[in-house]
Amino acid sequence: MRKVYLDNAAATPLLPEVREAMLPYLGEVFGNPSSLHDWGDKAREAVESARIQVAQLIGANPEEIIFTGSGTESNNLAIKGLALAQPGKGKHIVVSAIEHFSVLHSVQTLGKWGFEMTLVPVDKYGVVDPQAVRKSLRKDTILVSMMHANGEVGSIEPLAEISKITKERNIPFHTDAVATAGTIPLDVSELGVDSLSLAGNQFYGPKGVGALWVRKGVRIMPFLEGGVQEGGRRAGTENVPAIVGLGKAAELARVNMPARMKQLIPLRDRLLTELPAKIDHVVVTGHLKQRLPGHASFCIEFIEGEAMLMLLNSQGVAVSSGSACTSRALKASHVLIAMGIPHALAQGSILFTLGLDNSARDIDYVLEVMPPIVDRLRQMSPLYAKFIKTGKGGK
Amino acid sequence: MPVYSDKVMEHFMHPRNVGEIETPDGVGEVGNPICGDMMTFYIKVKDNRLADVKYKTFGCGAAIAVSSMVSEMAMGKTLDEALKITPRTVADELEGLPQNKFHCSNLGAQALHKAIQDYRGKKKGGK
Repeated sequence: MRKVYLDNAAATPLLPEVREAMLPYLGEVFGNPSSLHDWGDKAREAVESARIQVAQLIGANPEEIIFTGSGTESNNLAIKGLALAQPGKGKHIVVSAIEHFSVLHSVQTLGKWGFEMTLVPVDKYGVVDPQAVRKSLRKDTILVSMMHANGEVGSIEPLAEISKITKERNIPFHTDAVATAGTIPLDVSELGVDSLSLAGNQFYGPKGVGALWVRKGVRIMPFLEGGVQEGGRRAGTENVPAIVGLGKAAELARVNMPARMKQLIPLRDRLLTELPAKIDHVVVTGHLKQRLPGHASFCIEFIEGEAMLMLLNSQGVAVSSGSACTSRALKASHVLIAMGIPHALAQGSILFTLGLDNSARDIDYVLEVMPPIVDRLRQMSPLYAKFIKTGKGGK
Repeated sequence: MPVYSDKVMEHFMHPRNVGEIETPDGVGEVGNPICGDMMTFYIKVKDNRLADVKYKTFGCGAAIAVSSMVSEMAMGKTLDEALKITPRTVADELEGLPQNKFHCSNLGAQALHKAIQDYRGKKKGGK
């Protein structure tokens, strides 16, 4: 059976060059970067080279990069660290309604310490209106956080326009760029943000490593304290092999980005146009043009995402879904609901995220196996039976 | 480690008794698409026994496997015996369900009971 991995938003395969770069640091180069002897020097050099590679990916200065354990940690550090570093300045935080939980839950936790949150709505494509951000700002707003692109629906947000507003008001602006860093061209100065999160497993690097960039001069309160690693902003002995892998992956992403995008976009566009042409009652979610290169997401009416995912898996195809049944918490995706998608339709969420291993033949295969799976589940669905009988319930 | 037991997977991949009964003696519908799962059970009764049980299900793998298992467990049973099928006995027959799916996807017994009540209500009402 053909195996087709289309869940690159969850994890990308480690590139062989990245693995090769990491191997010495899982072997003979084992020193602690904080040590002052030759063993320590070698490890420290590796970490500092990776810092340069990551900085170059996003147009930043190396000393502004803080290595972390994940995109989630980067977002936690940014939200809590930026808010708590501004005592007496205010208690109001503005975020979009479709942020990742590592942002939303961090802000909710700050709520226990007296901070207040305003959620900025999105339109039906999952895009934030910069004017809505402007309207949500208060005198005591101390932080704005908007993701660069949403990993669930693929829409890219107008950060450069939003940052014009935050700059006028001199409010720190954080972005969760986990979905975009290493995937699309990105320059922190062009975006006009003050901090940015990224993660290695999104661009063919290892898992369990991320980075937070914080613009020089912007204060951040650390929450891992101990030694003076990462300039005292994130204590703890560095995960040297993972950091080396992140650096190598960042370098390869920067150099190969145009070629990668050229490979992924036509494959994505085939899915976006041909799947709805082959199957009735399919809605594309997210923005059609302002969209991540390898990202095709849909809601399939009258059926549920987990069942689709399992049947696709039985055909060798790996995907993900934002349906309530797929989430551990059994809640419908807050992203789809914020976009105004009705609950029943949101249940039919399915997400194909393409990667460098995918070819046109993979797309052919998905387009071949998908219609019978949808048909099979619809034949079982009471919602579809009602629609056929009454013509009601169709989107 | 897979989330579902082999038995759940087997029923999900090959669900038994899927469909509708054209002139059912009882119909039971539970759940709604907001909570994720929705099941409609149809029954045909002969001599106080379930002569036929069919269903339509909107939901996850567990919901589909539960519906299939309930239909298999209920088929041929007397109505009183069928009322003894519970979410627990269904989960046991399926060799367990993930904890978070036990309540939301395990609606089959309830839908079956509703269909039996529907049948008994109609009968009392003098058909």
